[in-house]
Amino acid sequence: MTPFTRLDARAAPFLEANIDTDQIIPKQFLKTVEREGLGRGLFFEWRFDEQGHEKPEFVLNKPEYKNAGILIAGENFGCGSSREHAPWALIDFGIRCVIGSSFADIFTGNCANNGLLLVQLPEAQVQALQSEAKGGNHIFTVDLEQQTVTVPSGASYRFEIDPNLKNKLLKGLDAIGETLQHEGDITTFEDRRKLIQPWVAA
Amino acid sequence: MAKTLYDKIWDAHAVASSDGDTILYIDLHLIHEVTTPQAFAGLRTSHRPVRRPDRTLAVADHNTPTEGQALGIAGVKDEEARLQLQTLERNAKDNGIEFFPMGDIRNGIVHVIGPEQGRTQPGMTIVCGDSHTSTHGAFGALAMGIGTSEVEHVLATQTLRQKKAKNMRVLIEGTAVPGVGAKDYALAVIGTIGTAGGTGYAIEYAGDAVRALSMEGRMTLCNLTIEAGAKAGMVAPDQTTFDYLMGRPATPKAGAWDMALASWKSYFTDEGAHFDHEVRIDASQLIPQVTWGTSPEDVVAINGAVPDPATFHDEAKRAQVERALDYMGLKPGQRIDEARIDRVFIGSCTNSRIEDLRAAADVARGRKVASHVKAMVVPGSGLVKAQAEEEGLDVIFKDAGFDWREPGCSMCLGMNPDRLAPGERCASTSNRNFEGRQGRGGRTHLMSPVMAAAAAIAGRIADVRDL
Repeated sequence: MTPFTRLDARAAPFLEANIDTDQIIPKQFLKTVEREGLGRGLFFEWRFDEQGHEKPEFVLNKPEYKNAGILIAGENFGCGSSREHAPWALIDFGIRCVIGSSFADIFTGNCANNGLLLVQLPEAQVQALQSEAKGGNHIFTVDLEQQTVTVPSGASYRFEIDPNLKNKLLKGLDAIGETLQHEGDITTFEDRRKLIQPWVAA
Repeated sequence: MAKTLYDKIWDAHAVASSDGDTILYIDLHLIHEVTTPQAFAGLRTSHRPVRRPDRTLAVADHNTPTEGQALGIAGVKDEEARLQLQTLERNAKDNGIEFFPMGDIRNGIVHVIGPEQGRTQPGMTIVCGDSHTSTHGAFGALAMGIGTSEVEHVLATQTLRQKKAKNMRVLIEGTAVPGVGAKDYALAVIGTIGTAGGTGYAIEYAGDAVRALSMEGRMTLCNLTIEAGAKAGMVAPDQTTFDYLMGRPATPKAGAWDMALASWKSYFTDEGAHFDHEVRIDASQLIPQVTWGTSPEDVVAINGAVPDPATFHDEAKRAQVERALDYMGLKPGQRIDEARIDRVFIGSCTNSRIEDLRAAADVARGRKVASHVKAMVVPGSGLVKAQAEEEGLDVIFKDAGFDWREPGCSMCLGMNPDRLAPGERCASTSNRNFEGRQGRGGRTHLMSPVMAAAAAIAGRIADVRDL
């Protein structure tokens, strides 16, 4: 997993509430057997019309937000389907950080496993960041070590993050490797279950 | 200390603590073709074996066409879908994982198969790379959807790293009127707490209305838990659960059954256990529920009207309602039962079990699908299909003008050829009315099987109680 330390990038505001993972990456892109290349399908039906032309009014199609590395999202971002293709598509498109007031549970876990930082801030601060991004001052600095989002006007917003998740993101740790350090515990657990619940362990 | 059902299952499966996470042992891992190829590729790259192939079951469901399954994978026209199905088959074979291939009578939608085979049992932890894994909670199991990295983690370690959720209880009490059931309860819950209302919680459904539900009804209720934002929903097991499980292929037999039963009976919430949040629904006050918009929380009773954006003071909310109405092609304030439909879909992991089909067939019996409506019924599994055919339900549907299909996820998400054309309006027993979910520009109204059957006959969204 690519470590996440500090990101200087353009921030694009897309504050629709309840953007589900079907919107982030529609079904026709789920037939791949790869993790890469999903950026072309990101927000597909928002970005392109039925003829495949870019919709100029969509935020990520506007010249000032092209190549955005940060997305400012509405509440409950990432709800719905568990498809990990959603963070894969965001990352492949170039987005490494999403700022919002709330995120769905399964999506949150999927982002953590892919080095995509979710910054959770109170609604009022998300609104303020949106205003900054809309004003053309949209190169933000996200510093995970310091837990801050800094905008060109100089304002800085501190965010909270679970210390273990922070460490994992900073170092790009592999969860499976971490768990396998407990392989002895897993084997002991299985052995005990075989005795007390033989119908499950059989 | 008094524990909830969720607490008990959690505690029984906690293997160790690691960096603030609990390493939770997983009893049953269900896999399908869409969310696993990258997980197996990851295992190959890191030379890690599958730890417990015997605790893993593979089925093909999301991509499968609902006709011509006897031709096997070679008969799947979509090249990408075919490759994904072949990849699952190869990964299962290479790793010694049991696989129900397309066309096998035991195959079908993963969340229908687990219970049907008796693999899903009380007190278990169950995961699958699919958000509707919450379905299995109907048996008093802790069941949740996971992403592909987590699928790889479970394949490699038979555990999942998790943080414990908070406890929420949804009490559904009272006796519902005929025509109202589990789907209506679930929609009422989502309409009440919203699609993010359950974020961070595990939900336990309780109350006499839940106790009165069949296993099929409880599965519908738990299935839709994720649409309220919670990963897991559950119902404590009781005699209804045990009767359903007895004699199924994978349930314990003879002496082992008694031992299992004694253990299963310990999975209930203790008197006085703490819930962080509680919601009450009065089943006796409910009439059939349908969705009007593009989020499962956009729920309205069948005698109600769609909202008028002008009545919303919050600007963002008003814009959201305007957008949804525009997408859905509905007028502000119009009655929901005036919406004319083009398509009907009876199926999905929410409502494709034998009881769902019986209920819909009861409505369809001796009636005709409206001439402008194309209606389809997609059974949840090969066994459900066979059972329905034995009972003559297929004949009832076909006589009424429904298309009788082969099992799979089908038009719930339209990964296979079954999907809506732009602008088409569909009465659907599935679980998501998101924009484009059933096909780009398609308009989905979620409802129960009896309501979908009534809509097929009336040619518009209609109250099944008026038929």
